[in-house]
Amino acid sequence: MEVEEQSIIALREFGCEQNLLSRPDGSASFVQGDSSVLAGVYGPAEVKVSKEIYDRATLEVVIQPKVGLPGVRERAREQCVRETCEAALLSFLHPRSSLSLVLQVIHDDGSLLSCCLNAACMALMDAGLPMGCLFCGVTCAIDPEGRIITDPTAQQEKNSRAVMTFAIDSAQHRVMMSSTKGSFSVNELQQCIAVSQRASEKIFQFYRDSVRRRYSKTL
Amino acid sequence: MADCLKDKVGEVLLPGDVFSFESKPEKLICGPGLRRNGDEILVCKSGILRHKQPNMYWIDSQQRRYVPAKGESVIGIVTAKSGDVFKVDVGGSELASLSYLAFEGATKRNRPNVQVGDLVYSQFIIANKDMEPELVCIDSCGRANGMGVFGAGGLLFKVSLGLVRRLLAPQSEIVRDLEKMFPFEMVVGLNGRVWVKASSTQRALIVANLLESCENMTAQQRQALFRRVSDGAS
Repeated sequence: MEVEEQSIIALREFGCEQNLLSRPDGSASFVQGDSSVLAGVYGPAEVKVSKEIYDRATLEVVIQPKVGLPGVRERAREQCVRETCEAALLSFLHPRSSLSLVLQVIHDDGSLLSCCLNAACMALMDAGLPMGCLFCGVTCAIDPEGRIITDPTAQQEKNSRAVMTFAIDSAQHRVMMSSTKGSFSVNELQQCIAVSQRASEKIFQFYRDSVRRRYSKTL
Repeated sequence: MADCLKDKVGEVLLPGDVFSFESKPEKLICGPGLRRNGDEILVCKSGILRHKQPNMYWIDSQQRRYVPAKGESVIGIVTAKSGDVFKVDVGGSELASLSYLAFEGATKRNRPNVQVGDLVYSQFIIANKDMEPELVCIDSCGRANGMGVFGAGGLLFKVSLGLVRRLLAPQSEIVRDLEKMFPFEMVVGLNGRVWVKASSTQRALIVANLLESCENMTAQQRQALFRRVSDGAS
């Protein structure tokens, strides 16, 4: 699907820091505009017998909201993140062990699920867990005039007709997970996927630059 | 094949990067972070690609969690005695077992004196993803060869696995800079645990703090810090 010229892929400023917490095995914070998520990864560690899987690692994802207790919305996001991570991780290399990923929302200004996915990917990479490919999250919103906005703010999400989040893998730029809200046509969905795939290239380039910066001292 | 890998030596690679065979496959050895997948080589960890003659490649990453590997020497903490094995915590996903016969001079009659809570410096003889890891404190000739239970005193702390590998590298610059300051004993396990003993507790703490802080420093920054500390310590 060709992306129309008029839809400009504008992402907000990203920022990322890896290895900022001392206790977890891997940690990262990811900032997209004013949305910010802090992620911590523990593992491969000992697993409870009831959760043990004999041929792969058990992955557990917890999302902590900024205020209050986690509810149904957080559970839904946890599941999206967990399934994406399971697809990317080579969990058969650490059978009978547990991996836990904790995501703390620092601030929500739209595109929260994609920010969670990006923070999760950076934290998993920091922990040195074996992965078959990287993934990133891109959120698209369709406003009432039918224009596609990538990486919307909370206000833009509120005014839009539909909001979609895709997880894209780095190997073939295919969709690994999608989460949608609102009404849209098949054509619009295809267009949003194409836009997200284009945007994902920018994010993967950013991943590469930020990891390179991290290792620059030991090159 | 080897050429495209060789071009990338010393560069930062990310999981998902793929090198594929163009011509006839050559023999090469994939170390940590690289996986052979049919006709191609897949990078599965982020880090710097390293090369050793003639055809060994691996990814040097800065992770914190230890995954046992056969033949590596580690510092373990004895956490339980059960029958004829000790359970040893090495920082991996499960406890490793250490037989009481796997010490120098140990026989069924003559048991080694190991208590719960003791530190042992030992080597993995079994370590794979499907089996319980097993440690020994003797080499293949039955000699201790530096392994065994630690004596009293000293300080144990954890650093990242990347730093440990830099400390253990032959002619390590960090160790050379450190040993100019004052005499001390140091044991480095590949599981990220470091044990230090010096003439006073203060000196042991200085070494521990320096090692923790010099992880993310360039050589100049590190030498400047060490000089400042040795002026203050003497």
